[in-house]
Amino acid sequence: MLSLIVFLPLGAAAVLAVLPAIPDRAARWTWVAVALADLALVGVVLAGYESPAEGGLAYEERLRWIPSVGSSYHVGVDGLSLPLVALTAVVFLACAVYALREDRRPRVQAALFLFLQSVCLGVFVAQDLILFFLFFDLSIVGMYFVIAGWGHGNAARSALKFFLYTFLGSLALLLGFIGLYLAAEPHTFDIPELVAAAPLADNPGVGGLVLAAILLGLAIKTPTVPFHTWLPPAHTDAPAIGSAVLAAVLLKLGTYGFVRIAMPALPDAWQAWAWVLITIGVVSVVYGALVALAQTDVKRMIAYTSVNHMGYVVLGVGAAGLVGSAAAREVAVTGAVTQMVSHGLITGALFLLAGVLQERAGTYEMAEYGGLAEPAPRYAALFAVAAFASLGLPAFTGFIAEFQIFAGSIGTTAAAALALPGILITAALFLRALQRLLTGPPQGRAVGFADVGVREGLPIGGLLALALLFGIIPWPLLDLITPGAETVVDLVSR
Amino acid sequence: MTGATGSSDLGVALLWVVVGLPAVVGAVLCLAGRRADRPAPAAAVVTASLALVAAIAVAVLRPETAVPFLPGADFGLAVDALSAIVVPTVVAVTLLVLLSSAAEIDDRPARFSGLMLLFAAAVGVTATATTLPALLFAWEVMGATSFALIGYWWREPDRVSAGTDAFLTTRAADLGLYLAAGAALAGGGSLVLADLPAVAAPWRDVVAAGVLVAGLGKAAQLPFSFWLSRAMQGPSPVSALLHSAAMVAMGGYLLLRTSELLASTGWAATTAAWVGALTALALGAVAVAQRDLKQLLAASTAAQLGYVVLAAGVAGVSGGVAHLVAHASTKALLFLAAGAWLTALGTKQLPALRGAARRGPLVGGTAAVGTLALAGVPPLSLWATKDEVLAVAREQSVALYVVGLAAAAVSAAYAGKVLWVVWRALPADAESGYDTEEEGTRRVHRLQKAPLVVLAAGAAVLGLLVWPPVGEALRQALGEAGASRPGVLELVVSAVLAVAVVLAVARWPLPEPGWAARWLGLGAATEVVAVRPVLRLAEALARFDDRVLDRAVDAAAGLVPRGAGAAARADDRVLDRAVDASAPGTVRTARLTAEIDDVGFDGAVRGVAAGARRLGALARRSQTGQLHHYYVQAAVVLAAALALLLVVTR
Repeated sequence: MLSLIVFLPLGAAAVLAVLPAIPDRAARWTWVAVALADLALVGVVLAGYESPAEGGLAYEERLRWIPSVGSSYHVGVDGLSLPLVALTAVVFLACAVYALREDRRPRVQAALFLFLQSVCLGVFVAQDLILFFLFFDLSIVGMYFVIAGWGHGNAARSALKFFLYTFLGSLALLLGFIGLYLAAEPHTFDIPELVAAAPLADNPGVGGLVLAAILLGLAIKTPTVPFHTWLPPAHTDAPAIGSAVLAAVLLKLGTYGFVRIAMPALPDAWQAWAWVLITIGVVSVVYGALVALAQTDVKRMIAYTSVNHMGYVVLGVGAAGLVGSAAAREVAVTGAVTQMVSHGLITGALFLLAGVLQERAGTYEMAEYGGLAEPAPRYAALFAVAAFASLGLPAFTGFIAEFQIFAGSIGTTAAAALALPGILITAALFLRALQRLLTGPPQGRAVGFADVGVREGLPIGGLLALALLFGIIPWPLLDLITPGAETVVDLVSR
Repeated sequence: MTGATGSSDLGVALLWVVVGLPAVVGAVLCLAGRRADRPAPAAAVVTASLALVAAIAVAVLRPETAVPFLPGADFGLAVDALSAIVVPTVVAVTLLVLLSSAAEIDDRPARFSGLMLLFAAAVGVTATATTLPALLFAWEVMGATSFALIGYWWREPDRVSAGTDAFLTTRAADLGLYLAAGAALAGGGSLVLADLPAVAAPWRDVVAAGVLVAGLGKAAQLPFSFWLSRAMQGPSPVSALLHSAAMVAMGGYLLLRTSELLASTGWAATTAAWVGALTALALGAVAVAQRDLKQLLAASTAAQLGYVVLAAGVAGVSGGVAHLVAHASTKALLFLAAGAWLTALGTKQLPALRGAARRGPLVGGTAAVGTLALAGVPPLSLWATKDEVLAVAREQSVALYVVGLAAAAVSAAYAGKVLWVVWRALPADAESGYDTEEEGTRRVHRLQKAPLVVLAAGAAVLGLLVWPPVGEALRQALGEAGASRPGVLELVVSAVLAVAVVLAVARWPLPEPGWAARWLGLGAATEVVAVRPVLRLAEALARFDDRVLDRAVDAAAGLVPRGAGAAARADDRVLDRAVDASAPGTVRTARLTAEIDDVGFDGAVRGVAAGARRLGALARRSQTGQLHHYYVQAAVVLAAALALLLVVTR
């Protein structure tokens, strides 16, 4: 079932790629149909999902692949990965609908995004390090072509920077994976086996080095301060749906790596490094928010808020490595995973909204707009809702995530309170952006700005509606995540 | 639990009506936008009416409920003795304000009514929340809807930025609740409000500090008061709800609800009491100095809430809640009256409002009741409720009592100032002062008048909340049966003080010092101490990010081509030359090898071959073809063989 979910888009991508005769319109709708079908399959998985026993997996599949190095095609989901699988399917569907208006090589774009969807889903279901790494690297390749092929501005340079920087990160990751492989006895790349063995538990020196390599790789991908500088140019020059996927899904590959690999497989090293992670988390939260506050370009601003939001995640998982009440640390990790989903929904919507600015008026500069609420009330309403959702307003998932991260990590270490100003600064920057873009008399490029139509409004509104739904009724999502978070906290406390 | 009777199921359902119905209708109205403009005011009034009926019912039924929300922390709601008073008050004021705004707000009424209902729902949850997540949930939604309501006229940037100021200031204080939640988890693990006083010791102080800061921020107490001044940019009905009965009052309410927690730390309760008393005095002075009616009322709100906060600090919850409710009615009345004058006369400047009360006796008369109540003139409500608070305060500290009494005199001064201005004779050139802020209609709508009457009645009689039998029952329910009550002497002193000050104000003009007129410089101080440094830091960090971090990465990346260039040069210059240089040597070696090969190996091979040839020639010689030669050879071989055999066998 998982394999079908992962490879269905890839199959469709192959068909779209090799048949140039497919008309544009058919290609666009094929993309929507496949994304919808994939989401339906994820829905079936969700409906049949029952939290597996501690440390177990659901929908597990394992086939021989490269037995000579102890690597197999091993996939499965649990409470940590299934929400992200669902998020991926939702975000890609939203992008497919949004791209129904695309007229630049729609067939190739559809194929590329379907390919990207497959590899992103692959990362989240992979239970083997080689498989994980393969999908992880292919996602970088796919996104490179998305930015270079459909971007604007300085797209080629930004795409190259993105590619080289994150590829460097993935090399560090590979180094760490090989370290794990060599340390395990018998040698294996299988994630559950590595987690069960925790191979470097009695070798703090090597364990620290292996974790350092993995953390470097994941920190670049996430990204955290100071490895984030590829993110703003990549977002600024990427197409709207490229940015949405990059922020909503690709950044999660990094944070997901923390909870899937680094924490459970290297518990001792994680505990030893917990303070480093908490520091990186707090710095990313405050620094990301402050730099975002100073931006004049909407898209760069949203990009920096991603650094801030991912900082909360790092803070939450870092706190889990400390000695403290297990309940508080579980709350922090649950919040961190919730934040991954929440950020995907909300920031995905925000980047699509930013894309509307570019498509209508060719710029993201806030100073070029003003009073958009007059010509484009629907746009203004969606932007305002997305902004409040992103600043962590209750009734949206961001609050559920941030409240748990703060309560849990402050409950573990008072130092986490240093990140609290982050939510205030985020509020300030979003309200300033609202004021500059939407309010006042219409001016600059806001004059004659066409309001959002159905094909833009539907995906944006859909993402926000989900953020609202799980913000008001969070327990279906939390019931999914909490057992996974408990397992991770147990594993990292070994 | 309050016993599982049939009525409690009904009560739970009604409680969800109180908070859920306004939320749903409000959301629908906001989403529907212009299409709902026509039915919106009526729909909002009907919704609020139904909610009021339900609110009165739950005040009797006292339901308690919880639904799953976060792991280990339900979304808990309950009506207890405290919320049984506050919830119906808030819903009633909401209803009256919505009635009034039906006549007043003609610009996109669907969005306005929708936001007001959402706000009311958030207040309902705030007042009944039993767990921290539920409280914080509603608390922040309240802040966000207040942003949208204060900045309701979004075409004017100043009003939106006033909303931003309000939201950011209150959110800064709200961080205290996040902190409190973390500390509660660390020090005990329960996020239930009633369990907070039992949190383990060092953490309990953090929880109390967080709650205290959050409450002071919302209640516009010192040093957070300034946002309330900016919030007056919003429509008058917004002020009538948010800045009398709800938002601001909820700050005081939170502290009343957590007064046990504050008391358990020792210092937090004392701090609350003094901040409240000093705010009552200082913001009273600010009110005295204002010339804009709404600014005066705003400062007065912060000052009056000071008594509520003082009550929370000295654990005089029954007096505090009575003061809160009486003030809600009084201040909603005055804000609505100010709004009525603003729509009719186009001004809210006190000098221009001279004699305004004489233009319409109903607005003027109810406003007089409101100002006299605010002044603390007996037998109106605030006179008794304030003395109730001060009596408990005196028990703890005479200094607190004196400051509180001084603040009462100040409130009589600013209330008297309004009273006398609007009731003086209408000047002949009154029209020249009108229409400075908007085009006045010169008439007050029926829907604007009716709520004034109800609220004036409330301002007059809500003092009953402290007198027997209602007061006795309330104190009983709140566990304060033995609390100190004001004596006759204190009641007389405060009554004489209020009347004397009001009369004095009629005679002598009040001072309007600049420091008070500028709200103690709190706005400027916030700008200098917080806003500008943060913005400057943000800009500096953004430059650092671009010029240092990003360039460092680019430079590092630039090193790669440079390194590659260097490698390429090394390839050309070193390796290749080495290869080139090594070539002649190789040739020489090759030649030497060739010589050795020729002379040595080849010679040896040739020598072996020549030897073999010679041997072959020798062998050939024996083959003569002559038979006797062969015989001799055979004989020799046989003899040799025999000899060998002999040697071997021997």
